[in-house]
Amino acid sequence: MQVKQKKMAITGSEAAAHAMRQIEPDVVAAYPITPQSPIVETFAKFVADGLVDTEMIPVESEHSAMSAVVGAAAAGARAMTATSANGLALMHEIVYIAASLRLPIVMPIVNRALSAPINIHCDHSDTMAERDSGWIQLFAENAQEVYDLILIAARLSEHDDVRLPVMVNQDGFIISHGVEVVEILDDEIAKKFVGEHKAMYPLLDVENPVTYGPLDLYDYYFEHKRQQIEAMKHVRKVFDEIVKEYEEISGRRYDVVEPYRLDDAECVMVALGSSNGTIKYVVDKMREEGHKVGLLKVTMFRPFPKDKFQTLLNGRKAVVVLDRSASFGAEAPLYSEIKSALYEVAVRPLMGSYVYGLGGRDLTPEMIRKAFEDALTGDLIADEERYLGLRE
Amino acid sequence: MAKLKGWRELPIGGLIVDAGNAMEYKTGSWRVMRPVYTREKCIDCMLCWLICPDMSIIQKDGKMIGINYDYCKGCGLCAKICPKNAIEMKPETEFQE
Amino acid sequence: MPLNLVNFAKVHKEDLLTSGHRLCPGCAAPMIAKLALFVAENLGYDVVVANATGCLEVSTTIFPFTAWKVPWIHNAFENVAATISGVETAYRVLRRKGRIKPDKEIKFIAFAGDGGTYDIGLQSLSGAVERGHDFLYILYDNEGYMNTGNQRSGSTPPGSYTTTAPVGKKIPGKLQLKKNIVEIMAGHENIYAATAAIGEFMDYMNKVEKALKFKGPSFIAVLSPCIRFWRIPDDSALDITKLAVETKYWPLYEVDRGVYRITKKPRQFKPIKEFIEAQGRFRTLLKHPMASEIIDELQEYVDRRWERLLILEEATKDKPITK
Repeated sequence: MQVKQKKMAITGSEAAAHAMRQIEPDVVAAYPITPQSPIVETFAKFVADGLVDTEMIPVESEHSAMSAVVGAAAAGARAMTATSANGLALMHEIVYIAASLRLPIVMPIVNRALSAPINIHCDHSDTMAERDSGWIQLFAENAQEVYDLILIAARLSEHDDVRLPVMVNQDGFIISHGVEVVEILDDEIAKKFVGEHKAMYPLLDVENPVTYGPLDLYDYYFEHKRQQIEAMKHVRKVFDEIVKEYEEISGRRYDVVEPYRLDDAECVMVALGSSNGTIKYVVDKMREEGHKVGLLKVTMFRPFPKDKFQTLLNGRKAVVVLDRSASFGAEAPLYSEIKSALYEVAVRPLMGSYVYGLGGRDLTPEMIRKAFEDALTGDLIADEERYLGLRE
Repeated sequence: MAKLKGWRELPIGGLIVDAGNAMEYKTGSWRVMRPVYTREKCIDCMLCWLICPDMSIIQKDGKMIGINYDYCKGCGLCAKICPKNAIEMKPETEFQE
Repeated sequence: MPLNLVNFAKVHKEDLLTSGHRLCPGCAAPMIAKLALFVAENLGYDVVVANATGCLEVSTTIFPFTAWKVPWIHNAFENVAATISGVETAYRVLRRKGRIKPDKEIKFIAFAGDGGTYDIGLQSLSGAVERGHDFLYILYDNEGYMNTGNQRSGSTPPGSYTTTAPVGKKIPGKLQLKKNIVEIMAGHENIYAATAAIGEFMDYMNKVEKALKFKGPSFIAVLSPCIRFWRIPDDSALDITKLAVETKYWPLYEVDRGVYRITKKPRQFKPIKEFIEAQGRFRTLLKHPMASEIIDELQEYVDRRWERLLILEEATKDKPITK
């Protein structure tokens, strides 16, 4: 298939808005919050200019944004919203409900630190608080990935075997407000890829009335949750099919993780989000110096691709995991989950946990190098959480 | 009561697709007082049918037929509202075998 | 066209709220829902219902049973108005895009209790009304969080016994007045807002009809006695609300885009004491040393409020704020 796309110099927010334009949701209910606002603003301009046929609901809070999206999706429409930080925290209750009602909603998240103190800059605390919600969680490394993953997410969430909502995460300000070169697919091709919305049990089908959201007593709740667990198990297979199709139209191939110079790497770094770009740069530099280092970028965080970590990290000398969020009173989320995944591998690597970048604190190549050096010298303590860029 | 279903047998998302299946749950056993209906006094005004909270007044084509004791909870609103005293509340125990 | 009961009984197809629900015997909530559905059916509308968490929602949809034969969604406690906004918007969009056939008109009704309206649901309701969605919000007001065992809400009247504002030896229960929800909603100016009482069901059904035909947001607050926690006999829901109207506790009026109209002017008023003495939830208050003071204050309040309504009716006659 011939790849037809156009290069644009746009921010991550604009890339998200373009993806939304090509998905053409019927309803978008959104509430502004920095740094998500440019997504909705750009999209609203598309709507006002007639470039996309969407009804915007200017809701009065994020809680109502997700509530209205749940209503619209249950009604049978394609519905989307976007948010960050405390907005995501405010809609937390309904986020769980959206997944439990099995509604195919795609929500770009622009990652920003949770208050208090109030901080508008990037970290992953907002999305980490939703990791048990039942949503699929994808992380973009750059604006191109934001665009691609949102289109992929639209197909993934609406698939018959999945029917789960998807969060597509991009680092606040770093990706959302930074201008990059992004290849935007030709409108017709993108729309054909996303396809028509398939509603399941729509409320507006008055001939077949359904009841959404009944009361479960202790005799049924467990079974309903087990169904959600089962749906998550189907995601990988469906994702693999969709990304293959996406490669044909874009030339770009996605997977749940992206190994970077991993083959003979002795020391591997694992991270989520935009930091992967900086890490790739450091890996290249250190490789030139002869160090056998590599990166395992995580694209899909939920469902957690345990098998990939088991296969790709087994037998390494050391693995350092970078977390852009802390879990107070416990180990950092990504670190904890990867360590747990490696519990039974044949040759367990040394492991080190590094928390960085909270509240938008910059992650420099020097900090990354420091973590790699700890790994190379074997100076890692699995139970010790270390901090990059923190003033002691 | 009905046999409980396993997780594979249920529709997804907690949905109930069988509209109105609450009718499988007979609330008539709740009754302490039973409305007794006298056809001769009734003028088919439809007021009891209108306000019964449990939809337990049976009418067809604007003509009263009787009371659905499968669901009637015995609240007594029908007896109260009847302008002709065609419904009288009696203790349910009078009707037990 | 007001509903003619006998004619409607002849043509009524099937109960869209069925028997088998688990609301208490004599509860007003199912009557309120049922009558609203009757009016919609009589007008030829299809209905989609959204329901906030509460007695009506919980008792009609205990999995695997549902008493609803209309499309129905329960989302959470405080967001029924936001949820119905989403459904209503989806309807308009899908109709416009041709993905829904335009032959039968669908109306959107949100049911919520006083908990999910006065308190936690107020923001969502206000936002939906401000945006001008075309829906009807029916509040079944039983003056407390009754589903969870009688906790006080912003709608609980002073002196009423609730578990979180009990009438004790020192404090005589809830000290604050009941919020005037219809005035709050009328303040949104683009709305049709009204009070109703289940005891005056023809007035209620007329208002439901008016509200369904109204283009834009409409709101009806229906006084809905809770048999259990108002401590009244099973068969008294209708009579107690009639008494509420006659004592000026719950005046029946409507505000149509700023124009006030009292829809029932009792020929003879009764003292508020009669309303209070008829309910067990005030029994503890009546024994309290401050009882007569509180009752006198309440009488003054309902009197003044009635006078104010008469003035507003006069002042706003034929002078709508918005078109």
